[in-house]
Amino acid sequence: MTNEILRVENLKKSFGKLEVLKGATTAIRQGEVVSVIGPSGGGKSTFLRCLNLLEQPTEGRIYFKGQDITQKNLDICQYRRKIGMVFQSFNVFPHMSVLENITLAPILEKKIPKAQATEEAMALLGRVGLTDKADEYPRKLSGGQKQRLSIVRALAMRPEVMLFDEPTSALDPEMVKEVLGVIGDLAKSGMTIVIVTHEMAFARKISDRVLFISDGVIKEEGSPDVMFTCPRDPSTIRFLSMVL
Amino acid sequence: MDKIVKLWAKYSAVFLSGLGGTLWISAVTVLCGTLLGMLVALMRMGRCKALNTLSDIYIEVLRGTPILLQLYFFWIGLPKIVPFELSDTACIVVALVINSSAYVSEIIRAGINAVDKGQWEAAKSIGLSNTHVMTRVILPQAVKNILPALGNEFISTVKGTSLASVFFVGELMTSYKSVQSATFLALQSLTIVGVIYFMLNFLLSKLLKLLERRLMVSD
Repeated sequence: MTNEILRVENLKKSFGKLEVLKGATTAIRQGEVVSVIGPSGGGKSTFLRCLNLLEQPTEGRIYFKGQDITQKNLDICQYRRKIGMVFQSFNVFPHMSVLENITLAPILEKKIPKAQATEEAMALLGRVGLTDKADEYPRKLSGGQKQRLSIVRALAMRPEVMLFDEPTSALDPEMVKEVLGVIGDLAKSGMTIVIVTHEMAFARKISDRVLFISDGVIKEEGSPDVMFTCPRDPSTIRFLSMVL
Repeated sequence: MDKIVKLWAKYSAVFLSGLGGTLWISAVTVLCGTLLGMLVALMRMGRCKALNTLSDIYIEVLRGTPILLQLYFFWIGLPKIVPFELSDTACIVVALVINSSAYVSEIIRAGINAVDKGQWEAAKSIGLSNTHVMTRVILPQAVKNILPALGNEFISTVKGTSLASVFFVGELMTSYKSVQSATFLALQSLTIVGVIYFMLNFLLSKLLKLLERRLMVSD
């Protein structure tokens, strides 16, 4: 397939003796929205974190636009600039204002002039409804606002893929919607997205494809309609019967 | 009280020159000790296993032996291994710097480790280089953990310089010894020296508090 942006081949990851990923293989197309679901401890997060090399795969290959990113001499920082990541615990930088959080990497690593970086950051803040918070420090933001900030911080690098690692799991219920709204808009804009989530209704609504990961392997994958209405794998059936 | 006033009137120059000695020895020790401490902390936290072990041993030995023993060790040993003349003062300052660096490195390491792991990951995920991850994201946050402990270390360094009096290096405690042996007014001279030490450290701790408060602006 020509518009394939990420290809994962036989991905394995062990922490000491514990093998968390036992050989995952899949491919993600440009502009595709892929949800990763499955029980806790099944390897979903590890799978996602391998995609931007926050975890070094123990075995297997990952190709980004045909380039093997698991090879030793790869410039990892350069690669990560193309892959945005949003964490469950926000991880906004507390010692910087909202605006500085966003412009830090573009100014430092992409050498974008400060004025231009600021302008772009303000436009992004406008998109997520945080324009009036630009000069605040993160401690004054709610959880939902922090998560929207962290999304915008990742977007400021103009990534080609966005990874979301349970972006709403640490939020109060009333803030889940605003964050999912931003992710939904992003999906509509054509961004390639891989999202690990427990929000099944949301996954079903926005995904082009759903991966079910359990016990370190991709047990089943398919379109959301098929996955949520007639899953085949026994472990998928069991999992979905418990969460739906 | 009367005697203290008279003693001060007569020997203030001696005490003040002692204070001068304490000040410069402290300043050099704090400055060089901190720089060396940073280096040791980097070695301790870096990826090179040999340097990890080496710095570990360095820290453990310096923290596990009395500072007075270390002063003697350098005072006797250092002139024997360097090819040039070395004054007693220089030997003592080197020993103080090295001793202080061990404590400072542990303070820095603890401060850096206390920064949330998520901050490292977020900084890496937006593509910051390793240097920028450290200088722009981790260290500015670590400083807030480090500074209070480092302040305590500075104060104990200032007090630690009094041990140099054992070797009659010109500092405040040495000036007590001189005045005491000239006048036999031990308690009175001790009181004067004690008040000077106290004022010095009181000022230092107030300054550090001020600095801390300025750094806390974002929390």
